[in-house]
Amino acid sequence: MGETIFTRNRSVPIFIGALALLAIGVTILSEAYGTGALSVSFTKVLGMTLCLCLAALAMDLVWGYCGILSLGHFAFFGLGGYVIGMWLMTARTEAVIRANLEGRPLPPTEVEVSEATALQIFSVVGAEDWPWMWAASDNLALSLVLILLVPGALALVFGWLAFRSRVTGVYLSILTQAMTLALSLYLFQNDTGLRGNNGLSGLQNIPGAEGIGQDRISIWFFWASALALGLAYLGAAWLVSGKFGNIVRGVRDDELRVRFLGYPVEVYKLVIFTLSAMICGVAGALYYPQAGIINPDEIAPIASIYLAVWVAIGGRGRLYGAVLGAALVSLLSTYFTSGRAPDVELGFYRIEWVDWWPVLLGLGFVLVTLFAPKGLAGLVDFVVRKDRT
Amino acid sequence: MSTLLEVNGVSVSFDGFRAINNLSFAIGLPELRAVIGPNGAGKTTFMDIVTGKTKPDEGIVRWAESAQSLLSMTEAKIARAGIGRKFQRPTVFEDQTVWDNLRVALSKPRGPFAAMFDRVTPEDRKRIDEIAGEIGLSGHLSRMAGILSHGQKQWLEIGMLLAQDPKLLLVDEPAAGMTTEERNHTADLLKRLAKSHAVVVVEHDMDFVRRLDCRVTVLHEGSVLSEGSLDHVMADERVIEVYLGR
Repeated sequence: MGETIFTRNRSVPIFIGALALLAIGVTILSEAYGTGALSVSFTKVLGMTLCLCLAALAMDLVWGYCGILSLGHFAFFGLGGYVIGMWLMTARTEAVIRANLEGRPLPPTEVEVSEATALQIFSVVGAEDWPWMWAASDNLALSLVLILLVPGALALVFGWLAFRSRVTGVYLSILTQAMTLALSLYLFQNDTGLRGNNGLSGLQNIPGAEGIGQDRISIWFFWASALALGLAYLGAAWLVSGKFGNIVRGVRDDELRVRFLGYPVEVYKLVIFTLSAMICGVAGALYYPQAGIINPDEIAPIASIYLAVWVAIGGRGRLYGAVLGAALVSLLSTYFTSGRAPDVELGFYRIEWVDWWPVLLGLGFVLVTLFAPKGLAGLVDFVVRKDRT
Repeated sequence: MSTLLEVNGVSVSFDGFRAINNLSFAIGLPELRAVIGPNGAGKTTFMDIVTGKTKPDEGIVRWAESAQSLLSMTEAKIARAGIGRKFQRPTVFEDQTVWDNLRVALSKPRGPFAAMFDRVTPEDRKRIDEIAGEIGLSGHLSRMAGILSHGQKQWLEIGMLLAQDPKLLLVDEPAAGMTTEERNHTADLLKRLAKSHAVVVVEHDMDFVRRLDCRVTVLHEGSVLSEGSLDHVMADERVIEVYLGR
């Protein structure tokens, strides 16, 4: 009955091993360090997929383990992206401005550089001053901290209000949808300081790495994403394998019992919700430099629903299920919507996958719900857990 | 024997319906008490009030040990103060092993960070084994709670209450759905527990109450109708009218 994260989560060594093999394989096939079989853009797709897997892992913690169906988790993902995006854009634009001003008889003052940078960034929305929320954008260390703190603070405040009022089930899901919708609508406005629907762009240009090609940067980000996913997996497995995991699963299955055992249920929900939001923030901060651009569309309510669909298809409450679901569905989605999938000619009708992919996904979701309610990873049980009584 | 819980002049209405009407009740430590009454007499609402699930409109609920009012405390805080509650429907964590169920219930710090870094000590193991023996589930520790029989789930839930180390146990219809043998076992268990705890048992089944052999409180329309030994209350005209009349 002694429990360690390995006896309770036999998936941990397998998962970490598979992730390491993937990282080595991608490196060997990469353009920068290997044979070049994998294009830079596909390396980026893989790196971004790992970030989505990380977000799905966070989603599994709140939904699969604690039963909180959050349909607003992409808000946290997007916030992480915006925080790192502000630093990337500021540092990059400032470097360009400095280069342009070089060679003038009088070297530019710091104020001139700052004003010119602001004008460059914000002229697109008709502004020229730094908004308050960019105050930390010239400080990398602070920005890195804010990647955790900004999504964490939003989750803490939102969760405190919702859990304290004992909002649960579908009502909570609707509230989380409203949260991400409100945030996205707010960001769509031009005068909120984050460039409205233009979003933040040019994020693939890493300041201080001007001479380094995207071939190398793409593989670095892939490694970083794999490392983050691996560490988060270890951390999540540790968290759910101990008594804390027993309690949050108790909250999921029988909240009243946990409450009457003397546990402050709201505090537990708040801890896991906030933690999960922070993981999503990290995932977003790694994702958008690979995507190159972030705009308010990214945190539209549908994005968070997709996240829940990935986790449901992969299988809830087992960590690797969420990761597999996110990887499989998002890669398929890329395949079908990027025009790579050959269209099907039926004679009287031509199935164009760009339009039909959502239908296929919906069908897959229905089939999984009907025939594999534990998700695709639930099929593992048929192979592994025969011994369990 | 000193008074442990004191309920005084408590009333609560739901949409104009007086579920509890000027109810007063006291129990000492140790004591076994059966609460009976027809459907809608307010038995479950009474437990809801004591455990903080329902806030009364008026009245006093006092935890004598600390001379504290329970009315301003959350359910979790009341539970930590020493009141354990068993629900009518067995509520255990079906997706977890019996051992895990008991471990979660063990009286240890309840905060999330304490739970994250909780280690199972030899004392914890000993306590879990003791409780499992007490509730007759020693051989089932590694089984999932969900596959236990109905009676075993009821015992597990009582075991979880014990692990909480409460002073007062509120037990709602423990014998419902049990075989005769299981009932006898349950009655013995409750009587044993009442040697060192205050135990309030809400029950419909008169044979079971007789077996408990304890003081009985009869509730009717939200207040105490009669109190005393089972034979005493069963001889009470008003009780007979409530149970047999109409």
